[in-house]
Amino acid sequence: MTVHNLYIFDRNGNCLYYNEWNRKKQAGISKEEEFKLMYGMLFSIRSFVSKMSPLDMKEGFLSFQTSRYRLHYYETPSGLKFILNTDLSVSNARDTLQHIYSNLYVELIVKNPMCASTQSLDSELFSSRLDAFIRALPYYSPRAG
Amino acid sequence: MSRQSNRTADSKKMNSELFTLTYGALVTQLCKDYENDEEVNKQLDKMGYNIGVRLIEDFLARSNIGRCQDFRETADVIAKIAFKMYLGVTPSVTNWSPAGDEFSLILENNPLVDFVELPDNHSTLIYSNLLCGVLRGALEMVQMAVDVKFTQDTLRGDNVTEIRMKFIKRIEENLPAGDE
Repeated sequence: MTVHNLYIFDRNGNCLYYNEWNRKKQAGISKEEEFKLMYGMLFSIRSFVSKMSPLDMKEGFLSFQTSRYRLHYYETPSGLKFILNTDLSVSNARDTLQHIYSNLYVELIVKNPMCASTQSLDSELFSSRLDAFIRALPYYSPRAG
Repeated sequence: MSRQSNRTADSKKMNSELFTLTYGALVTQLCKDYENDEEVNKQLDKMGYNIGVRLIEDFLARSNIGRCQDFRETADVIAKIAFKMYLGVTPSVTNWSPAGDEFSLILENNPLVDFVELPDNHSTLIYSNLLCGVLRGALEMVQMAVDVKFTQDTLRGDNVTEIRMKFIKRIEENLPAGDE
């Protein structure tokens, strides 16, 4: 069980935050390009999912998995996007992502007037709290995977 | 900079008088700074907007409300949940336009004006104009462009306070330019 990495995008596709914990394989491109690639894929998936769905959806796109990892997706009505990659044993990280939004992002970024929410976040308090929160997750375990 | 995040305070209550008086001090200062009601109205709206774009995140996180399907649902959420949560009052929603793109919020009592009497030389001041900016900013963050203004105000002799909201358009989400 493990957590690989986390992305936070704003509604315009800027990557506000990125951190990784157990990532063995790097993309081989610059981080800026990786963020663009990631956001582009998410954007496409959202539109794909909403067009292909035979029924009206409530939540839309939630997650996908490959043979080795699972990508969890949470989007707020204000368009913030939280993406968490874990290994396959984590079936649902929705609560985790919601917690990061409402207890960390809103409390430490939105309520901090010195943090502009349109550029990458440079709040040390946010980073350290988030890191501590991820490391305390029941499915965070750096050894496995 | 040390800040505590007290998450126990999900419905933190505080004395509304402190809020009302602080707001009064703000308006008084703006009147001194600008000496022009129109400009004060503009500044209040701008400040409200800046509050709104942040407040929406707090609101969404606390209320756990998803996207609204139509403007009627939006009106309900604003009146019954948001006003209740932040101002402790529940305005009524009335005067729908036939197309369903305009409605009024009727405030029986506006908590911002509890101790206020407008002097005669401020006849064009829209005392609570901050609220318009808050509503506009918050809705813009959930992809709705709206027009918000006061059409009646008890401070200026009307029986009720009325905020008129008009839906302009949905703000479409675009793929960021500059790649592919």
